Amino acid sequence: MDSDRENAGQPDVNISVLRQSSNGGGAPRFWRGLEELGDTAEFRNYKENEFPHGANDPDAKLDRRDLLKVMAASAAFAGLTGCTKLPTQKIVPYVRQPEEIVPGKALFYATAVTLGGVATGVLVESNMARPTKIEGNPDHPGSLGATDVFSQSSILGLYDPDRSQAEIHDGRIGSWAEFQDELSSALGAEKGNGGSGVRLLTPTITSPTLGDQINAFLKAYPSAKWVQYESVTRDNIREGAKLAFGEYANAVYRVDQAEVMVSLDSDFLTSGPGCVRYARDFARKRRVEGPESKMNRLYAVESTPTNTGAMADHRLRMKASDIESFARALARELGVSTVAAPPVPPNVPAGWIAALGRDLKQHPGATLVVAGDQQPPIVHALAYAINQALGNFNKAIYFTAPIEISPVHQWDSIGQLAADIRAGSVTTLLILGSNPVYDAPADLGFKEILPKVPFTARLGLYEDETSALCHWHIPQAHELESWGDARGYDGTATVIQPLIAPLYGGKSEVDFLAVLNAQATKSSHDIVHDYWQAQRPNGGRFDVLWEKTLRDGVVADTALPPKQVSLKSGVGAEIPAAGAQGLEIVFRPDHTIWDGRFANNGWLQELPKPLTTITWDSAAMLSPKTAERLGVKNEEAVELKYQGRTIVAPAWVMPGHADESVTVFLGYGRTRSGRVGTGTGFDAGWIRPLATPWIGTGLEVRATGEKWALATTQTQSTMEGREPLRVATLDEYQKNPVFAQTELGSDTLSLYPAVNYAQGNQWGMAIDLNACTGCGACVVACQAENNIAVVGKREVMIGRHMHWIRIDRYYEGGVDDPQTYHEPVLCMHCENAPCEVVCPVAATVHSPEGLNEMVYNRCVGTRYCSNNCPYKVRRFNFRLYSDWDTPSLFGMRNPNVSVRSRGVMEKCSYCVQRINKVKIGAEEQDRPIRDGEIVTACQQSCPSEALVFGNINDPNSRVSKLKAMNRNYKLLEELNTRPRTTYQAKLRNPNPEIEKAAPV
Amino acid sequence: MADSPSDKLAAAEFSNAPILGPGHDFASVTDKISSIVLGRGTPTWWIAGFLISFALVMLLMVSVTYLLVYGVGVWGITIPIGWGFAIINFVWWIGIGHAGTLISAILLLLRQQWRTSINRFAEAMTLFAVACAGLFPLLHMGRPWLAYWLFPYPDTMKMWPNFRSPLVWDAFAVSTYATVSLLFWFIGLIPDLATLRDRAKNRAAKMIYGLLAMGWRGSAVHWERHETASLLLAGLATPLVLSVHTIVSFDFAIGIIPGWHSTIFPPYFVAGAIYAGFAMVLTLSIPIRKLFHLEDFITLRHLDNMGKVLLATGLIVGYGYMMEAFMAYYSGDPYERFMILNRMGGPYAPMYWLLISCNIVTPQLLWFRKVRAKAGALFAIAMVVNMGMWLERFVIVVTSLHRDFLPSSWGMYYPTRWDIFTFVGTIGLFLFLFFLFLRYLPLISIFEMRELVAEEEEKKAAG
Repeated sequence: MDSDRENAGQPDVNISVLRQSSNGGGAPRFWRGLEELGDTAEFRNYKENEFPHGANDPDAKLDRRDLLKVMAASAAFAGLTGCTKLPTQKIVPYVRQPEEIVPGKALFYATAVTLGGVATGVLVESNMARPTKIEGNPDHPGSLGATDVFSQSSILGLYDPDRSQAEIHDGRIGSWAEFQDELSSALGAEKGNGGSGVRLLTPTITSPTLGDQINAFLKAYPSAKWVQYESVTRDNIREGAKLAFGEYANAVYRVDQAEVMVSLDSDFLTSGPGCVRYARDFARKRRVEGPESKMNRLYAVESTPTNTGAMADHRLRMKASDIESFARALARELGVSTVAAPPVPPNVPAGWIAALGRDLKQHPGATLVVAGDQQPPIVHALAYAINQALGNFNKAIYFTAPIEISPVHQWDSIGQLAADIRAGSVTTLLILGSNPVYDAPADLGFKEILPKVPFTARLGLYEDETSALCHWHIPQAHELESWGDARGYDGTATVIQPLIAPLYGGKSEVDFLAVLNAQATKSSHDIVHDYWQAQRPNGGRFDVLWEKTLRDGVVADTALPPKQVSLKSGVGAEIPAAGAQGLEIVFRPDHTIWDGRFANNGWLQELPKPLTTITWDSAAMLSPKTAERLGVKNEEAVELKYQGRTIVAPAWVMPGHADESVTVFLGYGRTRSGRVGTGTGFDAGWIRPLATPWIGTGLEVRATGEKWALATTQTQSTMEGREPLRVATLDEYQKNPVFAQTELGSDTLSLYPAVNYAQGNQWGMAIDLNACTGCGACVVACQAENNIAVVGKREVMIGRHMHWIRIDRYYEGGVDDPQTYHEPVLCMHCENAPCEVVCPVAATVHSPEGLNEMVYNRCVGTRYCSNNCPYKVRRFNFRLYSDWDTPSLFGMRNPNVSVRSRGVMEKCSYCVQRINKVKIGAEEQDRPIRDGEIVTACQQSCPSEALVFGNINDPNSRVSKLKAMNRNYKLLEELNTRPRTTYQAKLRNPNPEIEKAAPV
Repeated sequence: MADSPSDKLAAAEFSNAPILGPGHDFASVTDKISSIVLGRGTPTWWIAGFLISFALVMLLMVSVTYLLVYGVGVWGITIPIGWGFAIINFVWWIGIGHAGTLISAILLLLRQQWRTSINRFAEAMTLFAVACAGLFPLLHMGRPWLAYWLFPYPDTMKMWPNFRSPLVWDAFAVSTYATVSLLFWFIGLIPDLATLRDRAKNRAAKMIYGLLAMGWRGSAVHWERHETASLLLAGLATPLVLSVHTIVSFDFAIGIIPGWHSTIFPPYFVAGAIYAGFAMVLTLSIPIRKLFHLEDFITLRHLDNMGKVLLATGLIVGYGYMMEAFMAYYSGDPYERFMILNRMGGPYAPMYWLLISCNIVTPQLLWFRKVRAKAGALFAIAMVVNMGMWLERFVIVVTSLHRDFLPSSWGMYYPTRWDIFTFVGTIGLFLFLFFLFLRYLPLISIFEMRELVAEEEEKKAAG
């Protein structure tokens, strides 16, 4: 209001005055307000008053004292702001931490991981509520603290960025609620006819809870069918038992009681249910302390060389289809007279079977004959018959009820499923994790017939080949994120508990079945809990039992009891049909990719396959003679034609492979497995028909002349006249117990003054070559523990793989039938380290406890240390190999080990982070470190306890005792490096009869 | 065999042949050399050569950038062969440099007059070779931005370099060598820069040369100080000829692997360095004398002498190879024996035999006077020796590393394109700098040539 403005003291403005003054002279050219334009007296006054009179006046006299007074006053005023009383607000500190979690301290949870339905108990290390490392569960009979390569790598599968993260409905993102609606309407339509069009396709289920749920579902839909299918099928084993006993039975081996074992094309030490346990039991009977010790003896008769065959004291190679003849011959030799007489298989030396028979008969009840998983049922039946004849039943071998919920002939049922789909009788197909489009027998043609089914839903970890053709894809929760349960190789049940809430909102199998059983609101935890409560009420105190079960990782007393079986009469009486002639094809599960489910696991892709050290690919293996006959060269692309289908594969000339036989491996050639696995290798499953899952005849091989380069980590296979691995027979050892030791004395001359290592802890490691089976678990364990990067096929081909521990494989003898040896090599932590001398920036130094320490942040990357290391255990980051970018992998890494950048050298550190953790703990408790308290990652994972770490200054430690053995030797001792890692030489225990005839 | 009269004459010609063409005085010598720098117009061949070497320098820039961005993995190195082209090139370039210092310093102290017309550009060759060499220890590191850690300086980490490591000795040796060579070369240039300053017509040239000449007036005092300084620096540089490549050889000799771990390395490498260096000096001087018409200054006697040095050092190098092989056998050490047999018959055998033919067989031609008299033949032999010395380092580095103690870690080394580009790029860098030197600095030492003229005249006057 104008009047307000007047009252506020603003000058009055007369417009006419303004117009006058602006037309005439004297008005300011630029003006901000009418008052200024008018330049009235009031304005001038106002202008003066707006600014305190004295402030801008240059004439104002302010003497020094006044100035100081003014300054002091200003300062005092400034301080006055501090005197204000702020309002009190109470804040509350975070005193209630999540229970048990101490930042920096890891917790271990017991659970299990499964393969083919069979569980191995594990302990998962959890850092800040994130699982980071898997170890074996010492309380689980199938683990005893060790793991195989699949269990170790499971953690990478959890954090795989390519895992499916959302429900997919016909190519667009759907929702769990939507799926449940559609599923219930699909099932609802089937309710009337009892679910005759409903099929549930699952892998082998051993889980009691799941079995319960599925049975409940089948009760609600009596005409629905449950199809179980595994690409790596155990049908032959099941049918073998049925053939022998008339019923399904699960064979459990007591390898710790066997003095003599015969493997009929079986890789029981490194593959299959219970292999971790069998390897441990086997190795324990080969620990030779001195000349008076005894060793067990292993014979292997096989077509494809395996780790078990490499461990064997005697190995015969023959076509896989000839092994039946061998088994028959052996059975007759041991007095199983009902077996029809076979033609003796070719290339069995005269008297071999007789000598074997004599050896077996010398240890009644303490022998084992194990038939390979891929051998036909008759061979299994014959093996059981032989075992019975040797008196092994309920001693070295016993039988239990099947560990599967529902043992069936799985390949028959998948064949039936395909036929049903073709006939149009399947309306609803629910797939729980299986990938039939990729791994089902090729002649069933799932790729063509799956889209025919009106409603298909798949629960899968990845949105892969099968999910692409299904209407619904539901992301599956990883085993480490799920509630569930499973049985181990001997039936021991473990409750599977999650380590972390599903990262991507995945649903577990229990969740999925809950939906099928209209129990969607019940959590999987409750379902599993309630199931076990119903089984073991524990007199009303089930909560105590539940907690103990989860803590221990095993459900007490669930190992299946031995069951009486009796051999049917006339096992093997039928004369076998004449074997078909021609080149044999043998299918095998891949050592690291299995049936293809691990194709996207970088650790497993880069893990050198045993015996060939091939990575990132699989090969078609054939013997040198066969390769020569067919005109095939190593790493040459060959066309394999079998039963009307053709694939191209890289050929690998394999020393020790059976002649006229080609082995191909499953799991490769995937088209939708994720960024890591897609496009690697070739799809052997494409030529694998329903009729011959494992062994077939009539393969045609044609060399294409093109090269298919393979990335191997070891190119030189023979020892070249040196002796990195020392081996002798038990006899030679008994005659000369110090055969392994070099003639050098222990005090070799040095220009440098001796370092006094007599005080305190001094770390060292002993590796028993008698125990190492070459399985590779240590390599993956080290990779997981130490955040080691995966480099990819191209870099591996150049030789830049980053594994801190490697397993050297040496052949000895001819190229047709060599002896195979495995030697794990890691940093020797030399007392006189050649690497330490030459580093220009002192990035590699020696600790007072004997460790050679690599200081990553000091390394400038000249690589002289690697050049100077005679063992070549140092690995260099030639490029930035560590994945800096993928967020999901950040959670997986071990927080106690730095992730190395480009240009930095790295190597085994004896798991210094574990050493320090224990040291700190011991110091806090003011006590010395106990032997066995520090366990390196490789040691912990090794099934056969081949690596032992400890304090060499403690004469009672395990490692000291091993080093004191006369089998002990140092690698490259003549270089005076004084390594802390030493080896115990390998001994073979050949049968003197066979050995005399012709050393094999 | 009986010498024919013409042969005798030729021999006489050579051993007493003048090292300066007839009819030269102070003015003509100065004119001839300074006209190359100050003359108007640049020869076409120089422009062509300069552009080509510039293009190669650009290739070097690209290669180095690519290397720094993606890491040392762009090269063919791997485990077990952690060193490849980079170290081979490093040793090759450093070796080449030694001839220049030998000519400048050692021949000065030994009062060999024939060094006069070649020492300036030979020393320039040394400097540029050391510059090229010095790139490689930096580039081959995984983390080159931390290269300064190889030098001792008080840091907050209280860390000093590891003085036991040959690479640290290398750092000292090469930096000392570069510094002393630069100083020596520059001190020697000062009087000539003053000459150019005085003769230059162009104002810019006058200013630049004037600045660089640092106020040289040519007074007696200046000359006296200059002489003393030169002798002192020559004394300083002389041991470097032996020590620098000895230290470089320790990169290998201190290592443990067979093929490296040998006491023959220091003398063998020093001889090899002089061998390679003289080959490079010949490679440079023969075109220079032709293209700049300097036959009067760089005479046939010079070529003859250089040929003789080449032959002598080549024989020492040949002796080194034979001793290596003999010792490998005589030692009885299976690793050593395998190493030699692997060199001769393994996957890199062609390189080894090419090396033998380049370094041992070809230089035997230098026994013949006729060969030493023909500039073309000398040039060809020098190029062969250049290649042979590069091959020698290849054989030493790669064949020793690729198959050492444990057969499981044996591997192969295959250079990648970036290895080759980087190497060719440094050749380009060397030529680039050398072309600049030829055009803008006196390529022969003017004042020393004048001294030579004076001495020749004195000799003639004396009798």
